[in-house]
Amino acid sequence: MSKLSAYILKRIAFAFVTLFVISVLISLGVEFLPGDLAKSILGQQATAEALAAFRAELGLDQPLHVRYIEWLGGLMRWDLGRSLANDIPVADLIGARLSNTLFLAVVAAAIAVPLSVLLGLLAALFKETPFDKLVSMTTLTTISFPEFLVAYILIALLAVELPLFPSMANVTPAMDFWDRLHAIALPVSTLVLVVVAHIMRLTRAALINVLGRPYIEMAQLKGMTRAWIILYHALPNSLAPIINVIVINLAYLVVGVVVVEVVFVYPGLGQLLADSVSKRDLPVVQASGLIFAATYVLLNLGADVLSVLANPRLRHPK
Amino acid sequence: MLSSLLRQIRKAPWSARLGFLIIAINLLAFAFAPQLAPFEETEIIGGVWEPGFWAADCSEEALSLRGPCWSQLNHSRVDGKAWLGTDHLGRDLLSRMLYGARNSISIALIITALSFFIGMTLGFLAATMHGWVDQLVSRTVDVMMAFPTLIFALIVLSVAGTSTPVLIIVIALLDSTRVFRLSRAVALDIEATEYVEVARLRGERLSWLMWREILPNTLPPLIAEFGLRFCFVFLFISALSFLGLGLQPPTADWGSMVKENAGAITFGVYTALVPAFAIAFVTIGVNMVADWFLRKAAGLRDEY
Repeated sequence: MSKLSAYILKRIAFAFVTLFVISVLISLGVEFLPGDLAKSILGQQATAEALAAFRAELGLDQPLHVRYIEWLGGLMRWDLGRSLANDIPVADLIGARLSNTLFLAVVAAAIAVPLSVLLGLLAALFKETPFDKLVSMTTLTTISFPEFLVAYILIALLAVELPLFPSMANVTPAMDFWDRLHAIALPVSTLVLVVVAHIMRLTRAALINVLGRPYIEMAQLKGMTRAWIILYHALPNSLAPIINVIVINLAYLVVGVVVVEVVFVYPGLGQLLADSVSKRDLPVVQASGLIFAATYVLLNLGADVLSVLANPRLRHPK
Repeated sequence: MLSSLLRQIRKAPWSARLGFLIIAINLLAFAFAPQLAPFEETEIIGGVWEPGFWAADCSEEALSLRGPCWSQLNHSRVDGKAWLGTDHLGRDLLSRMLYGARNSISIALIITALSFFIGMTLGFLAATMHGWVDQLVSRTVDVMMAFPTLIFALIVLSVAGTSTPVLIIVIALLDSTRVFRLSRAVALDIEATEYVEVARLRGERLSWLMWREILPNTLPPLIAEFGLRFCFVFLFISALSFLGLGLQPPTADWGSMVKENAGAITFGVYTALVPAFAIAFVTIGVNMVADWFLRKAAGLRDEY
């Protein structure tokens, strides 16, 4: 047991080191890149006063460690600076959008995770049948498609040819839960299609891998049904990779929403990030980038810890 | 060389042959875009989003439904016809698709090549030198891989601006972490063999060990990985272009073309789907070939 907790502590320590490096890179990254940020944003004609004012606004005139500590202190108080583009506090800009993004990700995950595990189980159960081949072909195709293609095909089919759902997923605070669900039906379907493909393929592969073991043959020789063997003998031993791929895909859901949000003009954090990058609105990019990165790191940490817990053999690495 | 390749293709399963066909078509477009394209890359030839060959029907009914028919397009050249219709500025979509193949594929190839150069050099170096070099590079790569790629790229691009050289270097660096992992793992295997030890005892230089002893035996998995990394980079650069942060207009590039024409989809004009499907086909094609190559060469990849 001590080995297990030591391993988990090591993973947590690594996650914190990563978060520290990320926060340093994000807050001081301007310094490591060639060129003068103030000049490249304000243009060559900018006066010396304008450049100095811009640098003071971003704190570029202060030494590195002071900047980092001030930025971190502000972060703790949820004071993320002011947007360069429209002079609103970044925290206000992010607040509502963060909850919108989480709503989208949570709904997509709630549908995708059970669906993909079930499909993976069925594909392993009916291995080499037309059903298995159909599911495998479909998922292989969705993996190779860029997200925006999946999204636009869905729009063309379900918003234009058959006007069932809106092509723009606009949600406002005034809408109730069901209206919101209807509004985000298409972005959710896009995310579900992409995520299901990944989880389902790995679930199937993990199960089929275990199904080749001698103890499964033993169970078969005892005359057990295939469904029983898969659920009670194979599934527990393939839980570790399945949990791992699920959590990694949840991390993808939070980060990968950027493109999907842009396609559906969804008022979420991803769209804000993409917008702010093209406007070079640095404070907003830093704040939303940090939120995305932190979520990703923490979910990956969760994946590591959970898969160790699910597999006793991983608790004693050789 | 070519005839043996052809013989191999004939023996390959249908999926790999389909992949080769897709790659061949795109290589043709890549090489001969200016000769094949009926119009110039940025030449405006007609109205906005005019239909292509499917609108050859010029009856009253069709005209009222779809607007001008194919033969009525205002072409600046008599011999040219807008087979796939026109885009959001009235440029020929087919010509832009051909030039786009050239731009999108070449930038993805350059990035993948650079990423392999960085990743393989570091990976072989880490595997042959061991010790602190290995530790330093491996731990740096661990931290970099814990960072979501798209977010990293977006943050760097917001600071450094979206010029093409910046784009190439940023994506190549991010992608080289995965190449590093694979090449280090494969090289460690080879490094443990007797003939490398013999070369070491012979007193060969480090570069000799890396490129003359280890490289030849690590080639098959690395070549297959090149295909897979190319797919990833290709999709990644398309996504960035789609977000307006990749190649900048008026350069024809498939990702940007999707973005530019996407507004019309809600009106039932599916111009944007053409470049989007092209991106998907290239990815699927390269994937199929890489997959076949891996199975054939090493059998490294299992069911997944």
